[in-house]
Amino acid sequence: MRPQDILMPAATGLCCKPGGFHIDPVRPVERALITHGHSDHARPGHGAVLATQETLDMMRLRYGDNFARSTQAISYGETVSLGEVSATFHPAGHVLGSAQIAVTHGGTRIIASGDYKDASDPTCAPFEVVPCDVFITEATFGLPVFRHGNAADEVAKLLASVALFPERAHLVGAYSLGKAQRVIALIREAGYDAPIYLHGAMEKITHYYQSRGVKLGDLRPVKGMKKADLAGTITLAPPSATSDIWTRRFPDPVTAFASGWMRVRARARQRGVELPLVISDHADWDGLIATINATGAGEIWVTHGEEEALVHWCTTKGLAARPLALVGYGDEEEAALTDDEGGSE
Amino acid sequence: MNRFAELLDRLAYEPGRNNKLRLITSYFREVPDPDRGYALAALTGALSFKHAKPGLIRDLIAARTDPVLFALSYDYVGDLSETVALMWPRSFLKQPPTPEPSPPLAALAEGGEKQTTGETPLPPRSRRGGVGGGGTTATTASTVNLPSQRTSTQAASSGHNNPPPPTLTEVVITLRTLGKTELPGQLARWLDELDETGRWALLKLVTGAMRIGISARLAKTAAAALGNKDPHDVELIWPGLTPPYVDLFAWLEGRGDKPVNRDPAPFRPVMLAHAIETTDFANLDAADYIAEWKWDGIRVQAVSGRDENDNATARLYSRTGEDISKSFPDLLPSLRLQDSSDVTLDVSRKPLRTFRHQAFAIDGELLVLRDGRVQSFNVLQQRLNRKAVTPKLMKDFPIHLRVYDLLSDDDGDLRELPFAERRTRLEAFIAQLDDPRIDLSPTIPFDDWETITAARADPASAGAGDDADAVEGVMLKRRDAVYLPGRPKGQWWKWKRDPHIIDAVLMYAQRGHGKRSSFYSDYTFGVWTNGESGEQLVPVGKAYFGFTDEELIQIDRFVRRNTTEKFGPVRHVVHEANQGLVLEVAFEGLQRSTRHKSGVAMRFPRINRLRWDKPPREADRLETLELMLKAEGGMPSP
Ligand SMILES: [Zn+2]
Repeated sequence: MRPQDILMPAATGLCCKPGGFHIDPVRPVERALITHGHSDHARPGHGAVLATQETLDMMRLRYGDNFARSTQAISYGETVSLGEVSATFHPAGHVLGSAQIAVTHGGTRIIASGDYKDASDPTCAPFEVVPCDVFITEATFGLPVFRHGNAADEVAKLLASVALFPERAHLVGAYSLGKAQRVIALIREAGYDAPIYLHGAMEKITHYYQSRGVKLGDLRPVKGMKKADLAGTITLAPPSATSDIWTRRFPDPVTAFASGWMRVRARARQRGVELPLVISDHADWDGLIATINATGAGEIWVTHGEEEALVHWCTTKGLAARPLALVGYGDEEEAALTDDEGGSE
Repeated sequence: MNRFAELLDRLAYEPGRNNKLRLITSYFREVPDPDRGYALAALTGALSFKHAKPGLIRDLIAARTDPVLFALSYDYVGDLSETVALMWPRSFLKQPPTPEPSPPLAALAEGGEKQTTGETPLPPRSRRGGVGGGGTTATTASTVNLPSQRTSTQAASSGHNNPPPPTLTEVVITLRTLGKTELPGQLARWLDELDETGRWALLKLVTGAMRIGISARLAKTAAAALGNKDPHDVELIWPGLTPPYVDLFAWLEGRGDKPVNRDPAPFRPVMLAHAIETTDFANLDAADYIAEWKWDGIRVQAVSGRDENDNATARLYSRTGEDISKSFPDLLPSLRLQDSSDVTLDVSRKPLRTFRHQAFAIDGELLVLRDGRVQSFNVLQQRLNRKAVTPKLMKDFPIHLRVYDLLSDDDGDLRELPFAERRTRLEAFIAQLDDPRIDLSPTIPFDDWETITAARADPASAGAGDDADAVEGVMLKRRDAVYLPGRPKGQWWKWKRDPHIIDAVLMYAQRGHGKRSSFYSDYTFGVWTNGESGEQLVPVGKAYFGFTDEELIQIDRFVRRNTTEKFGPVRHVVHEANQGLVLEVAFEGLQRSTRHKSGVAMRFPRINRLRWDKPPREADRLETLELMLKAEGGMPSP
């Protein structure tokens, strides 16, 4: 069977006919395999859902107990048979519980990697290279200008600013699921052990991370704190809150934003960010091409992001490549105005 | 260089003035001479070397990257220096190859345990050598199952390629002495050595396009703060200082004497006006102000002095302090001080000057006068655009200086005096000078704002007479204003006459640059004319400012939804009689132009208003512009 008969792009998402399921469907389907807990990949209303325990827990936290008719948890490395195919989950290194899904039929293996990164992250299992025939990759940062450097250097920048402006509050915008916890963990790795404050919207998910054994140190709600007492402190908040009247409770706040988009100045300035922190939960350009090479795949399918450049690169390296044109995972035209991180929240 | 780059980077994002000062002052405190001096020079625009052309930068990157990937990246980022800084491949020079063991597949499959430290059982992917490190030039092992986990233990190596990177001093000194042919190779070496931010700062520096929202005044204020000095003191001695300002920093740190300015004819930083809004008048008292015409010429400073050997020097400076004396040899004799010998030996003839000035500095406007009448800016521009100053040019475009302020005279610096007092001295000075090429800009008598409103609306009958066409508006200066460099609040106001306005139709839109790179923010607009195929729109100009951020988003959305064709970064936007967007365009003047299909070119066009309410067929016609052009007496542009 040809790869495109095993997995095919459809309006509902990636569809596996011989296995009778969809991967990360954007509309309700009978049976869904979910790569990770971000809302554009993990949507409510499906019949049966197969995902890692963490992903299922995150869906439950966001949508309530009845987000699907039935659920089944699967561990990394575990394989299930579905119709004519088998599916195995492997770590994707994107957020806690994120997985790549290997779909095997006969001698053909296709990896649907979802969102992934190959950079180190103390809050989730590291990305695993799985040899395959077809590798389906995202391209959120699929341009050679996106080379994200070391997240620890960015956190050092933040801490230097906290030292230079002890009378100001530092407000770090970060996506609530994954990015925020990673930033906190990196701050702790850098040796900062003062309390870190949280916007109300991140408390639940952050406590979930802690319950899974991720060490984040002394975390406190920012609600109820006196303005003067927030001088010299660090607070994590969802990106939308950092440009809100909510920030008036802070003394002369320095607005930081942790995102791979911060690599491009215009993007940072558009949001009024004063301290851009280039910390991404997606693979950068070097990461994308290194991963593509490492999988040994002869055929590359590119999903959401800057498909054009990545497909072009694959072609120049003699790899068969095509954009999948899946919808529902972020839209370049609108991204300019709404600036969501490639739809990862 | 990296420390300077870090400062620029942080400044580029920091909106608060006081916080910017803090960042710059703390840089001056941490960084030793001469690097900090060259940084001060860069921030004040005092560095001068032949700038690298963007074409050179493009060639460098073209030799190192795939053209398609570069084009896509540039379109996304919107800024050449930044695109190149981010895309520049990591170099492998001087790096020993990093062997990467290939672990057995089984080891890879075990990577499923949750890890709460930066440690990994897998060998790290190198950011400097090895696989994938080099962007488009990279990748060797294409099918080996290399693990690609990066670890934070690589922090030290992630930044630049081949340490140590150059210091700012090295860069500045080298650029000053480097030959043109050596520039590309040297730039490439530096780009190899610097990290992303360093590369960005270097490219901004060598292309002369810093634009990070720091005024020279702010940088000097930050330097003054280093020694708790008054920024005004730094400003006063500034014209006599040269990079890297070692004596300045020594004084600021209490290790040396205050530097003195030994230039006999130094430039004084100019004072600028704020544009007044009609709402401002409510808080202003007419009795506090003196009004003058605002002339549509070139702001200059004429300075004359004597050195220790009593040799006279005269210079003409542009508003930014550039010495432009060479372009106006016909004006210089009027500025030159008479040698004492000339005056005493001249008794046989009627002496031109019976008094003797030691030194002076005057602030005024450069104009072209024909038969005692001020010519339009268009005429002046024809004199300015010529490379060679020929006798014919000087005869056809006689240059004239119309003055409005006196900054120093034989009594020394007058800048601390109130404006009314300087004006009195100026009047006496000009009367004494009695030179046909130099005259006084008259004041406009008024008692209330109604009078000045009327004068602005009709300068001809309010005293400007035949020169009214060269009046750009009205200047309001506080009687008690001391002369301060920069644009101090509430001291000088400019009140321009209503600009020309037309309604035009949006035809094409192009992506902007920098912070607007994700918006269509450059607009080509046209007006109606009767062409071969009947009524059609002909482009008459381009504008990329004048609108609010809110309006930018609205236009951007309109462009995206009404694109008829795409050509690279340019979109054709629907423009038909009943479909399209009408833009109210304001501009300063018109010129005939052979380069534009319409035959006219606008000076300083900008979007004044969006006319969502107006159908395109009601937009203006080319004939309207032709009429305006006639009224302006515009001449063909060179
Ligand atoms: Zn995601």
